[in-house]
Amino acid sequence: MSRLLDVENLRVIFHTYRGTIKALNGIRLWLNEEERLGIVGETGCGKSVSALSVMRLIEAPGEIIDGQILFEGNDILKLSEEDMDRHIRGKRMSMIFQEPISALNPVFKVGFQIAETIAHCNDISIGDAYKLVPESLEMVGLDWKRSIDLYPHELSGGMAQRVMIAMALAIKPKLLIADEPTSALDVTIQAQILQLLDELVKIGKNAVILITHDLGVASEFCDRITVMYAGNVIEISNSEEIFDEPLHPYTKGLISSIPIIGASRELTGIPGSVPDLVSPPSGCRFHPRCDFCFDRCRTEPPTLSEISPGHFVACHLYSDGVKEG
Amino acid sequence: MEAIVTIENLRKYFDIKKSIFSKPRKVKAINDISLNIPRGSIFSVVGESGSGKSTLGRLILKLIEPTSGKICFEGEDITDLGSKDLIKYRREMQIVQQDPYNSLHPRKLIKDIVGEGLKIHYKLPSDEIYVRIKGILERVGLREEHMFRYPHEFSGGQRQRIAMARALVLRPKFLVLDEPTSALDVSVQARTLALLKELKESLELTYLFITHNLAVVDYIATHVTVMYLGKIMELGSKDEIFSNPKHPYTMSLLEAIPSVGRGKRIRKIPRGEIPSPLDPPKGCLFHTRCLQAMDICSKEEPDEIEISKGHLCRCHLYS
Amino acid sequence: MHNEGSNVISRRQLLVEDWKHTLYLWRQNKLAMVGTVLVAFFILIAIFAPLIAPYDPIEVDLSQTLLPPSSEHIFGTDQFGRDIFSRVVYGARIEVGIILLVTVISGTIGLAVGITAGYFGGVIDDVLMRITDVFLSFPNLILAMALSAMLGRGVFNAIIAISLVGWTIIARLARAESMKIKSLPYIEAIRALGASNIRILLLHILPMCMSPVLVQLSLRMGSIILTAAGLGFLGLGAQPPTPEWGAIVSDGRSYLVEQWWISTFPGLFIALVVLGFNLLGDGIRDMMDPRIRR
Repeated sequence: MSRLLDVENLRVIFHTYRGTIKALNGIRLWLNEEERLGIVGETGCGKSVSALSVMRLIEAPGEIIDGQILFEGNDILKLSEEDMDRHIRGKRMSMIFQEPISALNPVFKVGFQIAETIAHCNDISIGDAYKLVPESLEMVGLDWKRSIDLYPHELSGGMAQRVMIAMALAIKPKLLIADEPTSALDVTIQAQILQLLDELVKIGKNAVILITHDLGVASEFCDRITVMYAGNVIEISNSEEIFDEPLHPYTKGLISSIPIIGASRELTGIPGSVPDLVSPPSGCRFHPRCDFCFDRCRTEPPTLSEISPGHFVACHLYSDGVKEG
Repeated sequence: MEAIVTIENLRKYFDIKKSIFSKPRKVKAINDISLNIPRGSIFSVVGESGSGKSTLGRLILKLIEPTSGKICFEGEDITDLGSKDLIKYRREMQIVQQDPYNSLHPRKLIKDIVGEGLKIHYKLPSDEIYVRIKGILERVGLREEHMFRYPHEFSGGQRQRIAMARALVLRPKFLVLDEPTSALDVSVQARTLALLKELKESLELTYLFITHNLAVVDYIATHVTVMYLGKIMELGSKDEIFSNPKHPYTMSLLEAIPSVGRGKRIRKIPRGEIPSPLDPPKGCLFHTRCLQAMDICSKEEPDEIEISKGHLCRCHLYS
Repeated sequence: MHNEGSNVISRRQLLVEDWKHTLYLWRQNKLAMVGTVLVAFFILIAIFAPLIAPYDPIEVDLSQTLLPPSSEHIFGTDQFGRDIFSRVVYGARIEVGIILLVTVISGTIGLAVGITAGYFGGVIDDVLMRITDVFLSFPNLILAMALSAMLGRGVFNAIIAISLVGWTIIARLARAESMKIKSLPYIEAIRALGASNIRILLLHILPMCMSPVLVQLSLRMGSIILTAAGLGFLGLGAQPPTPEWGAIVSDGRSYLVEQWWISTFPGLFIALVVLGFNLLGDGIRDMMDPRIRR
């Protein structure tokens, strides 16, 4: 499989009156064609910012200050805004969001909005595009006769997310970015949407980046998982291994925090709370909350290194002489 | 076990008016619910949005008035008490809400937020109030110096602890926890749940634990009630419900939970979405989504059937 | 946001930062600065009127009537020989007094009616809001005229009339705020603690309604002066010889062609002060806008 996306050393900051928020601290991500990558982490870890950066949707007060994003071999950070719109965004990659109802335009009917997307991407007239809308709606499991003339506010959360998926996949993107697509939905609807997405992505051969705080969702849907903490990628591994053999103390803490039915174990959690990214901790950003912290962690930021094939971790416990323990 | 809260045939209908000219329509948020909450239990109410689970918690606390039915606290009928007579029950029953960012007064110091209950109920000297606030804050894992700060200086998890302190400062016996951890990150949720468990034991509390997350229920609860469109679908002890779920809705809720680290699997998910409470289905409320629906389900509403002792289920499959 | 120990920003630091930010935004906003300067001048003139005014504003000197502006009488004199400059300077005191009293009275009535209607809702809300609607259905000046004609002439009656016109907007605003706040979870939590309605209204809802109401009141100060001057001009407000600006303009009415200075200078002051208050009010409103305030 060939490489679709390669993000190297990406740094993003946000200027606020309180100071500069170092939102992404030189992260590395990659994705092959047709691969599904989950980005997992808690509030403020930078997972959404990573996704927006890949779409080049970071706007003031945010700023990409360093790094490169190779998409199909081209550095999209070097493209003009115009080229981005003409060739990449909404053509080669598309995105779905957590709040589907607010992501739709409230004054236009659902059918028209889908038609507009199809027309834009295939350079055909709206009239021609409109003829393709029923197929699009049926594809995401909606009754097109009943839903084509609805306004966004008349949709339930689940229906709106289906419409968003129809729009995002109508352009046949190489890469689909899904930012917490099911977090606002009830569990049964979440399961429906994930199943639908699974089927459609298999058919469309799209690569997916799924951003979620729910390790369960990520582990079911994705091939590979990237764990982020405080603007850093701290661990990358395939979905099974990260649960069976988590390496980073944060990943371990995260996994031992999840209640699992039938597991009947105590939940340990992680002491403390996420750091303020205006003045992040020195060295490893996790060290103030880490049980295994030693001197080096306080001064030197760890780098991502491959411990076993395909399993990367950024933690001093695993660098050089110090072995797994 | 003796019941601390008993409710009988409780109903709450809301009038929904679209404009001043249209006739109000009734939403049956709570539709004929009876249950006993045993003292010392963690009684969890599970359901999707629109199931009426939050309304149930607020009815028991008399924060909203029921349309009909009876609510008893420790054997006393409190259904028709006015605010003056209710005041002594306010000390016994408290609430912790879902949204930690809107549940604390933004312009008040933590000591005033937590001390409000004491000021309402007792005439205490200020040093006594101080000692009690400090005591309860330490009990929930905060420190004395936090008393002189404002809510915005705290993280979500800490705010939820402050809300617990506010509820516990009156030394209640019964606590309604309305999705207390669903706005928190999972690592913070774990510690909050552990704290709730510990507080329940040491302060001899009873919880009504409202949540949509069955994994959390499995971790913390002793009893489970599954609600759908204002009615109880299934009710029983936690072990019974998780090891022997009977109602198709309960089963599909369990089925829908993503399994952690087990890879992909095929699952039986209910079709469609929860119907509008303005226009609930005839017959069994769940039949429009049920994978095991039969002819009778769309015609007749099933009664509550006792599967085994204390295990109730409302489904035609078992009649 | 913050870590449990180390990263917590103290409350004082936060307040200082907040003020610095406010000052910074204020200096960026040139028009608001102009407004601030105009209003500051106006208030200083009112405070130091006895020191600034060269003559008694009321004393009649028939040997000095209708003199044009000169070095002795920089704004000239009127038909009774009174120094216009001194009258305008003392008039500032009257205007400040009117603004303060009207603001306090209309603010209090508006807040009381608004938060009560918003909090209780239902019939109470309906009744109070229909009363408000009645007041709102007349043009401001017409209603003020009718009320002061009813109450009789004089500054105090004018103040009451203007207050009775002005409270409605405050009431609407306070009602909206109160409705918004009462549905927030923290009010429910306080109800669950057993707090009475009065306690909730006074200790928890009222303080939260204050800041938007204060902004609105400051926005309305310009129009209070205009209404007061309007009443004064029509002879319904301050009575001669009180040096109220509108009344002075009215005094000069019949001399406007030959002795233009009598009406022009107080008129100019009315215009400048109203402009000042409006620019200031706009500045405050912008400042409160969270989209500008990041």
